[in-house]
Amino acid sequence: MTGVVRSERPASARRLVVRRGPVALRLRVRTLVVGVVLTVAAIAIAMVSLASGDFPVPLGDVLRALAGQGDAGTEFIVVTLRLPRVLVALLVGAALAASGAVFQSLTRNPLGSPDFIGLTTGASTGALLVILILDERGLPVAVGAMVGCVATSVAVYLLAFQRGTNAFRLILMGIGVSALLESANSFLLVRARLSDALAAQVWLIGSVGGRSFTDVALVGIPLAVVLPVLLVLARQLSMLNLGDETAALNGVPVERSRVALALSAVVLAATATAAAGPVAFVALAAPHLATRLTRAPGPGILPAAAMGAVLMVAGDWLAQRVLPTRDVPVGVVTAALGGAYLTWLLAREWRRGRALG
Amino acid sequence: MDGRLWARELTLAYDERVVARDLSVRIADGSFTVIVGPNACGKSTLLKTLARVLKPRAGTVHLDGEPISSYASRHVARQIGMLPQSPVVPNGIVVEDLVSRGRFAHQRLLRQWSVADETVVVEAMRMTEVLDLADRFVEELSGGQRQRVWLAMVLAQETGILLLDEPTTFLDLAHQFEVLDLCADLHEQGRTIVAVLHDLNQACRYATELVVMRDGALVAQGPPAQVITPALVEQVFGMPCRVMDDPETGTPMVVPASRSRRREPLLGQFIDRTT
Repeated sequence: MTGVVRSERPASARRLVVRRGPVALRLRVRTLVVGVVLTVAAIAIAMVSLASGDFPVPLGDVLRALAGQGDAGTEFIVVTLRLPRVLVALLVGAALAASGAVFQSLTRNPLGSPDFIGLTTGASTGALLVILILDERGLPVAVGAMVGCVATSVAVYLLAFQRGTNAFRLILMGIGVSALLESANSFLLVRARLSDALAAQVWLIGSVGGRSFTDVALVGIPLAVVLPVLLVLARQLSMLNLGDETAALNGVPVERSRVALALSAVVLAATATAAAGPVAFVALAAPHLATRLTRAPGPGILPAAAMGAVLMVAGDWLAQRVLPTRDVPVGVVTAALGGAYLTWLLAREWRRGRALG
Repeated sequence: MDGRLWARELTLAYDERVVARDLSVRIADGSFTVIVGPNACGKSTLLKTLARVLKPRAGTVHLDGEPISSYASRHVARQIGMLPQSPVVPNGIVVEDLVSRGRFAHQRLLRQWSVADETVVVEAMRMTEVLDLADRFVEELSGGQRQRVWLAMVLAQETGILLLDEPTTFLDLAHQFEVLDLCADLHEQGRTIVAVLHDLNQACRYATELVVMRDGALVAQGPPAQVITPALVEQVFGMPCRVMDDPETGTPMVVPASRSRRREPLLGQFIDRTT
C-alpha cells in the first residue's frame, strides 16, 4: 500500500492518500483516527457492560463466553441474557446517529434530525396503536412502529415538498405533524387501561431491556444493508451540502440523490425505533459530537454512527446503575444528557450571533 | 443551428412569472461571449438554463447536437461548468476541500483522488492564486478571495464551456480585471466562455461576442464594435450616452451623458408647460 501523509499541513488538514490499482482514495487522518477510537470505545464499553450486573463476570470470562468456550452458566448470563441488550444498544445507537447525520446534512440544519421532523413520533403512534388498540406485545409493536415511521415520513415529505425543495419547510412541517401525532398519542394513552398505559409508557421512553436476538436482527440487518448504501451516497451528500445549485452543476442528480438518502435514513430511524422505542436525542447529538471531534465540514456517517453506538451503550450502562434496584430505560439517560447538550448548543449558537439554520 | 451549445425558442419562468418568451441564442464555439442587459432582464436565468440548472417552460437547449436534458448529469458537468452568483458556503470547509469537490463529475466511488485529480486541483488553485489559502476556512475569507476560490472549484471541473454569472461582483477594481484576465487566458487556451457582466466597458474589452438582452428578449448579438452604438445603449438601458474608442484597447467605450444633459428634455417640457 502506498500511503502518503502530507505532514507539512496543519493537523486538521492532514490527509492519507491511498493509490493502488484502480483505487485512489484520500482520507482525512483526523476523521480516520476519531472513527477508530470511537469504535474501540464502543466495543470496550460493551465489554464492560457484558461483564457487570447482578452477577459480575470477569472480562476474561466474558471473552471466553463470547468465543463459546466458557462454562454453561457464564455463557447463559453473558450471551443469552446480556449480549442481545448490548448489541441492540450498539446497533440502535449507530442507526439513529447515521440517520440523524443524513437528515441534518440534507436539511443543512442541526435540528433536522428524526426526533424533530416527526419520524419518531410517527413511530410511537404506530406502536401505541398496536399496544393499546390491538393489544399486542413484542414483534407486532415493532412492525407498528416501523409502519408509523415510514407513513409519517411519506406524509411530511409530500406536505413539505410540493413545489421544489425547502429544508426549512420540511422541519417546520415535521414539527407540525409531530405536534399532531403527539396529541394523538396522548389521547391513546389517556383512554387506555392503567397496565396497558404503563407498558406503552415504557416503550415511549425507549428501552433496550429484555431484548432478544430477534430485536438484534430487526435493527442489525437493515443497518448492514443501508450503511453501505449510505457510504456510496456520502459523496453526493457532501456535494448537496454546497447547495442544490452547485451540486447540480457538478453532476449530482439532486432530487434522486436526496430521495435515496432520505429513504435510507428513514429505514434506519424506523428500524431503530422499532427495536428500542423512540430513544431521545441520540440522532440529534451524536452527529454533532462526532463533527466536533473530526472537525470535518460535514458529519461523516461512520464517525457519527460510532459516536451513536458509544452514547447508547454507555447510556444504557448508566441507566442500569442509576437506581440500585430498578432498571431505568435508556431513553431517560439519553434524554437528560441530550437535553443538556441541546441547551448548551442553542446558547452557544446564539452567543455567536446566529440562529440555528 | 451549429455550435456546441445553443437554445431555441425558450420560455423561461419562475412559477407564474415569465421571464423570457421565445428566446433563441447560439453560443459560438471558442468565443468569449458576454451577456449584458439591465437588471432582471433574464441574463442569469438564461445562463442557468444553458447550464441545465433550470428547466425551460418551453423550448430546448442543445449540447453537442442533442437536447441537454437527454444526457446524464455527470456528462453535462464534464462539458459545462458554471460559477453561480451567490453560492452557499458551508461552515467548516477549507479551501482545498472545496476546490477538490469540483472534481466530483470525474471521480468514481473507489477513484476519488487520482493523480489527475490532484494535478488539476493544484493547477486550478495556482491559476486563481488561492494556493496560499489552501488550509484556510472558506467562511473566513474576504469576498474577493472567496470568489477566486469558487472560480478555482469551477476550473477543477475541467470543462470546455465555462459559464460565469457576474464573476466580478464583490471584487475591487484590480481583482475584477484579474478575474477577467484569467477568463481571457482560459479563452485563449481554447475554452468557450459565457459571462454575465454589468460593466459595459469591461464587456466590450473582453468579449469576442456580445449578447444584449432586454425584457427577456435578445436585442443584438455580435462583436462589440458592431453591436454597441449610442442608440442601442439608450434603447436597452434607457441611458443617453456617447460611444468612443477605448484609448487603451480601441474597443467601444460607453460614456454616459452628464446629469444635466440627461435632464434637459424633462426640464424643457416643464418650462414649456409653465410659460
